[in-house]
Amino acid sequence: MRETTYSEAIREAIEQEMQRDSSVVCYGLGVPDGIYGTTLGLRERFGERCFDTPISEEGMTGFGVGAAMNGLRPIHIHIRADFLLLALNQVVNMMSCVRFLSAGQLKVPMVIRAVIGRGWGQGCQHSKSLHAMLARVPGLKVILPTTPYDAKGMLTAAIRDDNPVLMFEHRWLYWSEGEVPIAPYTVEIGLNQVLKPGDDITMVSVSWMNVEALKAREILERYGVSVELIDLRTVAPLDAGEIVKSVNKTGYCIVSDVDWVECGIASEVAAIVHEHCFDSLKKPVKRIGFAPTHCPTARCLEDEFYPNAIDLIRAVEVLLDLPEIDLSNEDFYSHGNKFTGPF
Amino acid sequence: MKDEHNISLEYYKKMVLIRQAEQYIISCYDDDEMKTPMHMSMGSEALVVGVCQGIGSASQVFGTYRSHANYLAVSDDIDSFFAELFGKATSAQRGIAGSMHMAHPESGYMFSSAIVASTISLAVGAAYANKMCGRDQLVAVFFGDGAVDEGVFWESINLAALMTLPILFVCEDNQYAINSGKSVRRGYDELSTLIAQYNVMVAHESTTDVEKIGRITEEMSKAIREENRPGFLQLEYYRYLEHVGVKEDFHLGFRKESEYQQWLAVDPIAKQREVLLKQGFQASDIENIDREMIERVEQAADAARHAPNPAVNDLYRDTSG
Repeated sequence: MRETTYSEAIREAIEQEMQRDSSVVCYGLGVPDGIYGTTLGLRERFGERCFDTPISEEGMTGFGVGAAMNGLRPIHIHIRADFLLLALNQVVNMMSCVRFLSAGQLKVPMVIRAVIGRGWGQGCQHSKSLHAMLARVPGLKVILPTTPYDAKGMLTAAIRDDNPVLMFEHRWLYWSEGEVPIAPYTVEIGLNQVLKPGDDITMVSVSWMNVEALKAREILERYGVSVELIDLRTVAPLDAGEIVKSVNKTGYCIVSDVDWVECGIASEVAAIVHEHCFDSLKKPVKRIGFAPTHCPTARCLEDEFYPNAIDLIRAVEVLLDLPEIDLSNEDFYSHGNKFTGPF
Repeated sequence: MKDEHNISLEYYKKMVLIRQAEQYIISCYDDDEMKTPMHMSMGSEALVVGVCQGIGSASQVFGTYRSHANYLAVSDDIDSFFAELFGKATSAQRGIAGSMHMAHPESGYMFSSAIVASTISLAVGAAYANKMCGRDQLVAVFFGDGAVDEGVFWESINLAALMTLPILFVCEDNQYAINSGKSVRRGYDELSTLIAQYNVMVAHESTTDVEKIGRITEEMSKAIREENRPGFLQLEYYRYLEHVGVKEDFHLGFRKESEYQQWLAVDPIAKQREVLLKQGFQASDIENIDREMIERVEQAADAARHAPNPAVNDLYRDTSG
């Protein structure tokens, strides 16, 4: 199978769906310029079906809802998820409930893609994710694929879905590589997956935290701890099946998110685990996420703000009553490895 | 009596149906069987019926929470109308929507919303879809003059002009946003002159003559197609009743009853009755029409009152699917 990047997997999904179905259109501020490569060449190939827009987030979101009600399949792209906040009225008051209010006479087959920024001074208004905020609204599907394979398959499924789907993409994932079939395929929205099997402890992770969890798992394995990784790639509807199965097996659960912990998806998963696995749990669920403050710009503070593989390892040690592992010689991901700015 | 396809007669029938439907609501709203916040259309019948007729029956219409007139003007479905207001399963929306979210997509009344200005951008997107799909269909979007205070209105008018979309913006200008007059809301004098700065055709009228509104709309619709750009109609009318509810609000002091009396003197339905009389209709013909509309309203309301409630499972139906 061919290997390619997360970014190219997304671009290919859009290109193939636009080719397959003339009702698919793709727009957003700066979209013809590429959005981390994910929309490159679409303007040249599909002409007016891929277009730049005024900076009118609410208007352009309602525009997509109206177009979707009337036979198109729009994909609206935001280069930062934070900008989507300007369109919350349209997302929460309109897009989510058109189908419900019309008693099924209308549908909104629309996709919103939004980039979660991080690092190199993104600060507090270019780094948010809104998946928890939106996952609680009935009528919206919310996905955060981590692997290139899922990025293509889930986006293809989202474009073909007759309901509104929001896809949040962590910026650091665009350069990650993995196996991606060239032919179109779908990955069912609503099913989460076991990324790596294990027996001693369950780690449920969202988006980039899967990358941190993989690193933590690799180190812990050398110290005799077997970690099962579950990729929470769909947060609405939240399929608890694999999580419950895994925690019933391991008795321990750490859930980590690219978001604040309070009232977030990590808290939701913790509640689900306590409801469904109470008798299997040997310790309370540990939640890990952003520090309960705003994202700062200074690198040393930013490093404190974001959770990482070390935090996951330390949490495992506490839950399993293990001595602290010496991590001084381990090689962890850092911003400088790939990204040097400015955006 | 003139033939059934007489347009003046059609206008009259539609306006009477709307007026009588709302009179019926007023007569029994206090019974508390229709548990939904009513934003009454009364006073706007000529505006709504004229525009919906003038733009053509194949068009798509978007509206607001003040939607009774729009729903009936486009759909003529009085049975579904009352079933929805009584919250019954026999409505096309199964009682999910109530008065503030009325829609009848099958006939072209696409959607309405309880959030001011929220359907304007939807209508622009719908017009874009029509254009992209090569459908020769116009979209009309109704909104109050208060909606113009929202940013999304300006985003939408800019976008429609930029993309040269086949859409008619209809500002139902009743001077008040709830109870707040224009002087406390606007840092400019005249809306239509601002809109004229966009690549949009603009007309501004103050009339209760349904036929005149129909003609203006028809001309504007023709121009939208021929000139390939959006149209904007600012049409003044008077909201007879309070912002929400079925009563008057003159005691609140923000507007004078004398203002209402001036508009009542040119009430759209009385005015159209005069037109019919001039055309040779007898007073008895018109009374028969009035009675026919009242009977339609009473039968529909009676059927709705006795119709089944939605099934409990409908709570979850069509949330997603």
